[in-house]
Amino acid sequence: MTGSSIKAEKGNTPLHQLTFKEAIDYSKKEGNKTLFDALISRAESLNPRLNAFLRFNKSDSPPHPSPVTGPLAGVPISIKDNICIRGLETTCASKILAGHVPPYDATVIEKLKTAGATLFSQCNMDEFAFGSSNESSAFGPVKNPWDIERVPGGSSGGSAAAVAADMTYAALGSDTGGSIRQPAAFCGIVGLKPTYGRISRYGLIAFGSSFDQIGPLTKTVEDCAILMNILAGHDSRDSTSAPNPVPDYTKALTQQIKGLKIGLPKEYFVEGMDKEVEKSVRDAAEIFKKLGAEIKPVSLPHTEYSVAVYYIVAVAEASSNLGRFDGVEFGFRVPAKDLKEMYFETRSQGFGAEAKRRILLGTFVLSAGYYEAYYLKGQKVRTLIREDFTQAFKEVDLILSPTAPTPPFKIGEKSSDPLAMYLSDIFTIPVNLAGIPAMSLPCGFTKSGLPIGMQLMAKPFDEETIFRAGHAFEQETGYYKQKPKL
Amino acid sequence: MSFEIEKIAGLARLHLKPEEAAKLKNDLEAILGYVKKLETLDTQNVSPTSHVLEIENVFRPDQVNPSQVRDEVLKHAPGREGNFFKVPKVVDK
Repeated sequence: MTGSSIKAEKGNTPLHQLTFKEAIDYSKKEGNKTLFDALISRAESLNPRLNAFLRFNKSDSPPHPSPVTGPLAGVPISIKDNICIRGLETTCASKILAGHVPPYDATVIEKLKTAGATLFSQCNMDEFAFGSSNESSAFGPVKNPWDIERVPGGSSGGSAAAVAADMTYAALGSDTGGSIRQPAAFCGIVGLKPTYGRISRYGLIAFGSSFDQIGPLTKTVEDCAILMNILAGHDSRDSTSAPNPVPDYTKALTQQIKGLKIGLPKEYFVEGMDKEVEKSVRDAAEIFKKLGAEIKPVSLPHTEYSVAVYYIVAVAEASSNLGRFDGVEFGFRVPAKDLKEMYFETRSQGFGAEAKRRILLGTFVLSAGYYEAYYLKGQKVRTLIREDFTQAFKEVDLILSPTAPTPPFKIGEKSSDPLAMYLSDIFTIPVNLAGIPAMSLPCGFTKSGLPIGMQLMAKPFDEETIFRAGHAFEQETGYYKQKPKL
Repeated sequence: MSFEIEKIAGLARLHLKPEEAAKLKNDLEAILGYVKKLETLDTQNVSPTSHVLEIENVFRPDQVNPSQVRDEVLKHAPGREGNFFKVPKVVDK
């Protein structure tokens, strides 16, 4: 790691290409102004093509190059547009929140500021995080930096594309059914969904409250560990945040994985999955074996029910959470003759198609007469899926799978078929149902040069084992060094 | 199954244009057809998971903390009168 930062100091690596860690080391010596200049000029030239940042404006970013203090030394970081930042418009990429300026910082924002990070731009996303392709944003789709005719994944598509295109050093996203991991895979970067409860959601605009987690999207596993040290921990303002002590995640980056037991779930290698993705993940298993890990077959028998459970339980939670957007308190309002009509008109004009689809589905499964057949049934099958993982983790320390069944697909390819879109999350959703942590990291490229991601899943609160294995793999293969041609 | 789109849209406080309603009805029927696969599982003796964390009854000290955000909260309200959110008339006299 030190080798590459020395190169940066000598000027061999363009400043925008530094990792988050290298940028911190650089900033401590040289200050952060040149880092900002590098990112601003990069974003100025690329954002019109990629649409990764919302409301990007050279003149107001950064607001003030901040002092180089704290462990993050003033280094720029970008934030998904569903995390509240005091005094800055935060919209969830939805028309209904246009003009919404939060009067407070989310806990993660407070923590980043205290650690010395400087906020740099807010990232485009699927509207209210509803989507797997970033096509449902009210502000236009994000393009994949590896092929601008393809989607960057979603819903944290702007965060992933910005990191992959070196428009920022790291970004925060949120993950309800794969929204950090799938875009990380599609953009060839690292993305971690921590254990449910590991990071405070205070100030995260809610989608599915029993699933949502905030997490980092970064260029390397080390960058991810550095950010987790800052972000993780209990917060009295989020009663679902966990009291478990927070380890120093960077201590797990030992490159020692001898004896680690890694499971390959047979249900994740099924007929019809992309051959290049399958081969790439099977090759990754061989590399782990070479590094001293033991590879074992495991079974997660209820995997095929995950998407069905998710599209009952998560949409039920979403329809309830989105009840608050009615034109009264924040953002957008359509004037009308009476209150009821104002609710109807504001919601009808403010929400996009995918938001309406999920609100309707959620309202239906919670409605009188259907609750038991759908919602309660979904919650019961959720228990079976959790138990699958509990059983599997009696035999292995980690579970390895593809992050997504295909490489990034074309813009428009799945947008008219919601069910096909939902099924693209089949490998990421079970993790949210079970509440366990999982990381996506690069494990190769297709022949046509598109990134492929693999997923490492662990027991609740065992992010350290993910970091240990992920770092060892990354250092062995060096895939993170490959950059899109832009 | 047939999805009663008008009734559900009313519950969700959404007006749908006729073409929008037809497309959504179609999508939702397809999705509900897909989730039917859950019926093949016997869950009679399975308890539901509403929450994955093994914590319950989270309490904190009942302390008064300052919260001086009233003006900021009202600043971005679509309608305001004094220290209140203003909405259209609820009941006609």
